[in-house]
Amino acid sequence: MSILVVANATEFAAAEAALGPLPGFRHLRRPETGLLMLRGRIGGEGTKFNIGEATVTRCHIVTESGTEGAAYHLGRDLGKAEKAALFEALTREPAWRDKVEAALLAPVKARVDEERRTKASETAATRVEFFTMVRGEDPR
Amino acid sequence: MRRAAPRPRFSGFDDPVFDAQMTFRAVMNATANPGRVEELSLLPDMPSRLAASLAAAALALIDHDTPVFLDRSFASDPDIAASLSFHTGCGFVEDPSCAAFALIGHPAECPAFSSFAQGTLEYPDRSATLFLQVEKLDNEAGLRLRGPGISDSRHLAAAPLPASLAEELAANRERFPQGVDLLLFNGSRLAALPRSTRVEG
Amino acid sequence: MYVAVKGGEKAIAAAHEQLSRARRGDRAFAELELAQIREQLALAVARVMSEASLYDAELAALAIKQSRGDLIEAIFLARAYRTTLPRFGESLPIATERMTIKRRISACFKDMPGGQVLGPTFDYTHRLLGEMGKAADEENVASKPGVPASCKMPGVAHLESLASDATASCPRVAKLLGNEALIEEPPSPSHARPGDITREPLGFPAERDVRLQSLARGDEGFLLGLAYSTQRGFGRTHPFAGEIRFGNVEVEFEAPELGFSVPLGEIEVTECDMVNQFRGSANAPPQFTRGYGLVFGQSERKAMSMALVDRALRARELGEEITAPAQDEEFVLSHSDNVQATGFVEHLKLPHYVDFQAELFLLRQLRREWEERHAAVTATQQPSREAAE
Repeated sequence: MSILVVANATEFAAAEAALGPLPGFRHLRRPETGLLMLRGRIGGEGTKFNIGEATVTRCHIVTESGTEGAAYHLGRDLGKAEKAALFEALTREPAWRDKVEAALLAPVKARVDEERRTKASETAATRVEFFTMVRGEDPR
Repeated sequence: MRRAAPRPRFSGFDDPVFDAQMTFRAVMNATANPGRVEELSLLPDMPSRLAASLAAAALALIDHDTPVFLDRSFASDPDIAASLSFHTGCGFVEDPSCAAFALIGHPAECPAFSSFAQGTLEYPDRSATLFLQVEKLDNEAGLRLRGPGISDSRHLAAAPLPASLAEELAANRERFPQGVDLLLFNGSRLAALPRSTRVEG
Repeated sequence: MYVAVKGGEKAIAAAHEQLSRARRGDRAFAELELAQIREQLALAVARVMSEASLYDAELAALAIKQSRGDLIEAIFLARAYRTTLPRFGESLPIATERMTIKRRISACFKDMPGGQVLGPTFDYTHRLLGEMGKAADEENVASKPGVPASCKMPGVAHLESLASDATASCPRVAKLLGNEALIEEPPSPSHARPGDITREPLGFPAERDVRLQSLARGDEGFLLGLAYSTQRGFGRTHPFAGEIRFGNVEVEFEAPELGFSVPLGEIEVTECDMVNQFRGSANAPPQFTRGYGLVFGQSERKAMSMALVDRALRARELGEEITAPAQDEEFVLSHSDNVQATGFVEHLKLPHYVDFQAELFLLRQLRREWEERHAAVTATQQPSREAAE
């Protein structure tokens, strides 16, 4: 589910193209957008408090063969929620699991890992060590 | 991925937004015309123990911010809590005074109205709305109603009802502007008894 | 008193048309795309998200475009939009200690574990207009990402090894002092449901959870001014920036129908842990106290201001004398919301014709009475003065 959350429209489309027709499904809950109150903790670790809300979209489906699939993600992309819910169900159908892994999950994971590595090295380049200069006397 | 034991899920309203709006309008009309029986046309897929009109009103009115009390008859069917929670996001409370909505499947055994949230003088809206599921609901005879929204008087026949309904409603009327509001449901029909209505025998 | 006015429909429609034209500006230039606003005006987007209390960069960008860059109007638009959406629930508390750090600095410890990471900052820029904002960015970005040549200088450790642990969790600076009990612990976690000003109207005295929610959506300028006032002596708290971190945190939600928590994606937040001197009181030994700031997006100024004002507002709790505006929670919290404030200030331009006529009538009457009294006094004083002469 955590990989499906970060998959984008292009990746879903590529997976669909590779996998051919996907099984039919019906909605248990149509894609819908709502709010989630985001919470933090005072000092990062103390009492909870409400920071503010975020838009969240969710969808819940059941496939022809009776497997349920659910999707929740930040943002308002209704189409993505439906796709993610269907693929989530397929990851738990033996006939589909490996195919979905190869056509969707693996490429998405590779992209995300690569982006993380790039960001991390960009960030690391700004790491600094400050030296305190000794004042008022000769350091030697 | 872990997952709770599979249970047949009910898909609720066909069109959640518009069906809920139509239902809301029917409930509003019923409340504006106390005792007048309204018919709902857009009914959701929900557990059959719930009257279709009650299920519709629940989906339209209940949300994540409104704690729900289920009486024993409704609580004994786990599909009811599961499907309400799934579609509305509501939580459930056992203390009736904490509930915004109370769903009562056996009105004859309904807890005393005074045990539900009555609102405060500053915020009379912080009170409970009681959903009573009845087996008979029409405007043929029965209770004679008077008050705002009723020209002269109106008859409402509903059964079964709490044993001491007349006394309960009279006491509820006395607490105005505090007090609870009642919605009665049968099949696809509903009627309202808001706190402003006076009931004569 | 408000009295309905009628008429003006045509003029209003024409004004709105003119607004549309003004918003579009000169058609010789391309129209702004939302993605351009989101990507290139990210700090304006962050401010709108924070103060609208709504994390959604696309919506914030749309609001900025629709409001012609008037950020308070954009915040208003985003706040209005959020009222149309149902709430699905509350997230698990975000774990800022597991943040993917993009920036992390401390003004207290130069050698903190995890190191100081400058990230994308205006600090150390020369504020030479035109130097950074123009072509230079294109050249910088076009070259291979990650390792600008300018970083290969003394004081910057070996980059490859750093890249691997840049996302490793960095311990909080406050923890470095924790063992000696020289710094207070944050209020211990409880299962109590935090207050929510979007559900319960703000009341006084307000608890710290409610104050923080209110400050998180408070106006950056107002909080900055208050924070500055505490530094200048109006409620002095001797602050140090213990730690400021900016980066990505995962949002997790426990969906009731699933029965376990699911990740929903990441958000960017800025967190500030301000460390303040405290002389101690009858009940508490001298120790450092803390103020906390947490806001959406990259917004260091806001997070720091929030932390300073949070600390100032703890005066009652810490037994400090309340002498300054920043310590007065009713003053601070009642006036920090810029949508409320702009509503009440700007409503003055709406028709007050009946009010004003009533005031005018009253004033004329008072004036008439004053003139009659004045004439009478002058009349009685006149003879006596003559007599004195």
